[in-house]
Amino acid sequence: MLIKASLLIQSKRRRGQLAALSIAAVVIMVGVPLWWRTTETYRAWLPVSQINELANMQLQLSADVEVVFARGTVTPEQQKKVPLTQTQDEEHTVDENTALRYRYEIRYRTATIMEEDALDQPTAAEADLSLHTLSESPCGSLVVYVIPESSSLLPEDMDVYIGQRRTALLRIGAQMRVGRTVEQLLAHLEPRIKQVLQVMSFSHTDITAALSDRVRLSPGNKESIADSMRAFKSSPGYEITFSLLNPDPKSHRLHWDIEGAVQTYIQPLLTKLAPVANFSLDSQTLYYAMLGVNPRFDSSSSAYTLNSDSLAHVINPVEARLGSNAASSNPVLNFLLYVPDAHHSPLYIHDNKKQEVPSNAFHSPRWGGIMVYNVNGFYRPEAVLPVDININMAKVMGVFLAQLRLLLGVQSSTAPPGFLMAPCGSTGLADWELDRLMWSRSVENVATATTTITSLAQLLDQIGNIVINDNIAEQVSSAVTSLQLAVAELEAGNLGFALQYSKEAIMASERAFFDPSLLHLLYFPDDQKFAIYIPLFLPMCVPILLSLLKIVSEARQKRREKQAKKD
Amino acid sequence: MKILTFFSLFSTFLSANSINVEENAGQFFSSGHTNNWAVLVCTSRFWFNYRHVANTLSVYRSVKRLGIPDSHIVLMLADDMACNHRNPKPATVFSHKNMELNVYGDDVEVDYRGYEVTVENFLRVLTGRLPPSTPRSKRLLSDDRSNILIYLTGHGGNGFLKFQDSEEISNVELADAFEQMWQKRRYNELLFIIDTCQGASMYERFYSPNLMALASSQVGEDSLSHQPDLAIGVHLMDRYTFYLLEFLEDIHPASKANMKDLFKVCPKSQCVSTPGHRTDLFLRDPGSALITDFFGSVRKVEITMETINLTDLIKEAEQNPMNEKPQKVTYSYVDQLPVSEIIHQKPKQKDWHPPDGFILGLWTLILLVFFKTYGIKHLKHIF
Repeated sequence: MLIKASLLIQSKRRRGQLAALSIAAVVIMVGVPLWWRTTETYRAWLPVSQINELANMQLQLSADVEVVFARGTVTPEQQKKVPLTQTQDEEHTVDENTALRYRYEIRYRTATIMEEDALDQPTAAEADLSLHTLSESPCGSLVVYVIPESSSLLPEDMDVYIGQRRTALLRIGAQMRVGRTVEQLLAHLEPRIKQVLQVMSFSHTDITAALSDRVRLSPGNKESIADSMRAFKSSPGYEITFSLLNPDPKSHRLHWDIEGAVQTYIQPLLTKLAPVANFSLDSQTLYYAMLGVNPRFDSSSSAYTLNSDSLAHVINPVEARLGSNAASSNPVLNFLLYVPDAHHSPLYIHDNKKQEVPSNAFHSPRWGGIMVYNVNGFYRPEAVLPVDININMAKVMGVFLAQLRLLLGVQSSTAPPGFLMAPCGSTGLADWELDRLMWSRSVENVATATTTITSLAQLLDQIGNIVINDNIAEQVSSAVTSLQLAVAELEAGNLGFALQYSKEAIMASERAFFDPSLLHLLYFPDDQKFAIYIPLFLPMCVPILLSLLKIVSEARQKRREKQAKKD
Repeated sequence: MKILTFFSLFSTFLSANSINVEENAGQFFSSGHTNNWAVLVCTSRFWFNYRHVANTLSVYRSVKRLGIPDSHIVLMLADDMACNHRNPKPATVFSHKNMELNVYGDDVEVDYRGYEVTVENFLRVLTGRLPPSTPRSKRLLSDDRSNILIYLTGHGGNGFLKFQDSEEISNVELADAFEQMWQKRRYNELLFIIDTCQGASMYERFYSPNLMALASSQVGEDSLSHQPDLAIGVHLMDRYTFYLLEFLEDIHPASKANMKDLFKVCPKSQCVSTPGHRTDLFLRDPGSALITDFFGSVRKVEITMETINLTDLIKEAEQNPMNEKPQKVTYSYVDQLPVSEIIHQKPKQKDWHPPDGFILGLWTLILLVFFKTYGIKHLKHIF
């Protein structure tokens, strides 16, 4: 009886142990992975190693320069050696993550007969035009024609003429012709050519200003800060709005042919800038829109004046009424044409030296420009009001075009001494200015896209429970690929492709960074996590743990008994 | 001798003048911003939280008066006090008792209203992660040269701020949102003002550069409300914002008051709580930051020196051939109400439920099993 009872007890105990062990096994082997799987967030794979490589940015910018020696600049011995190519490298380290290298490939050759004929023109502008008809330089490259000192193309004190396309005329110094070797000649020319390159291609200050997103530089000179604050940041599109402000419709009935003016004057510039950004244009007329400031009457010139201090307060009251296209988030450039009312005409803007401003216009960085157009000269005081006035759009658009150039970042920095710049032509933009803009925009896009992607990767790494969808991973991968291609094209010197890839990179990176699904609202401090899981799992785990402990203690006891039996 | 003194006076006058010009140029560059934005948030609903809406609207009013346009202000009000049923004077929100100052006015543009004011929307506005269909007025389109003013008010505690009585935002989330804004260079400088209980806890965790923060009370202190209006029946404003509004009413767009004056607003004698501020992350000296750098919108201007000489004449637009009339596209409104559904009263597709007999059958089964196991004799206890 007793044996049967003890056997029964043992079998029951065995069954109990088996049950506890199997439950524990199921919990550990099935339950824990299941819980892990169902509570983890979906995170698609990101190319983190490539992103980290990109974070360490080593940019190389290559520019091709062709230096053509006209007749009379080289001696016959030098001419024999002249077709040669030189490569010059300049290295700059901006900070520990960013390094720049500028590579200039300079090809020297002598001028062809057709080029000599073109250089025989009476003025530099005509020479520039006929040189352009001979050959078209690709985007990002330059041609510098070296002309003899006796040439009459340039005035006396000027040594360099920068044309409207991608050519420059450089006058050689007198003593450089006789008895010098080619190396000395090239060495003499080198600083001048460097200067030309800095004006027409890229200079270190421009490129470092374009990198401002990535590197917070200590402020340099005041001009560079003003330049960087004035121009809009690189964006895939811009909106331009032309507004006509008529505060006095009872006196003036204004007519402006804005559509024609935009087609003729502004559209060529925007078409030329098409590789850089898209532009959308609109126009409006606002009636009874006053300036927020009262102009003062200046008896010496019997005109009303706005001095430079009050200009800053003009914009805000007007801006509230301007409106904008609600559909896009592109930056808006506003150009306002203000026709003063009959009681406050004529109205002139004075600068801080109390001088009248010839253009009668001012602009605000990253906002737009305002021009005051006086119409009191168009009608006699006894005319019947309201008078019809046709606005001279050429004059107005001349001012707006200049302001547009400044706001878009086409730098009109002061030329170095001895340089003569050609006026920028009917499109409002010289080819080399476009090249400059493309260089700085490409570098800016690459820097911004790199920063965006690296900070996105860092953010996703830090916050473990943001869901990374497949489309975000796709955007990130395409941004990384475009960035790598853009850097490669910059190295090769293909400026057009580099800009295109950099634009694609920046659009993909912005789309990935600003994706609405990347919002982390799942901030769980550790104590909250414990508070959620303990009531769920603790009651279940306590019996299992206790039974396991019991099994272990029983096994140990049995072993001890066996030991005792042995002895 | 006389000529010498005259000459020296003249030269000092000239140098003083040039210093003045230099100073103006210096002002241009000292702040480094070209535009201003404001994000003003009231997080509480219900009629007895009237004062929070009045707080936000009075800051809105000051900011607009000093020049920031509506297109650059994101105003989030969690409840509509002006048109609340209990408002004895509808379409008004007063900030001073005896109904002296109506801060609602007729020119208020609320961007996020009512239930749209959530933690998620607030963080989306700050970080820019809005769905593509969001209109421009609901976005914070700032760039790296924008100074942003962020004003929060409502009920808060140590490390959190309550939104809409159902959720909260923690100071860690707020600090992370600001860091994301910094990473994307969405601000140049940011001024953060919070008027809640234990407000100082909300700026404890900031770690991004160029942030300045002000709070109405320290950790462990409550921010108190100012005065009740007996006709309206609720407290109209909180103390800190009341004295802030009084301070701002003296500021005009050309004023030169700086941040140090702002720190002195509402000392303990007036506010009962101790306002706090944090400037260690701000790179400039607070004394050089003007009030109008954040609350107003003083534009920088430059005179346009160059013009372009345009000589082409405007070409006439081409005439359309007369036989090709432009096609008229007729537009029509989308159905605003599903009228056909309402009229015909077809039963709508409801969610699937198990058939009715199923529940009965289930219970019968359970009872049968029970009786089988425990014996039929218990049946008499049921029936």
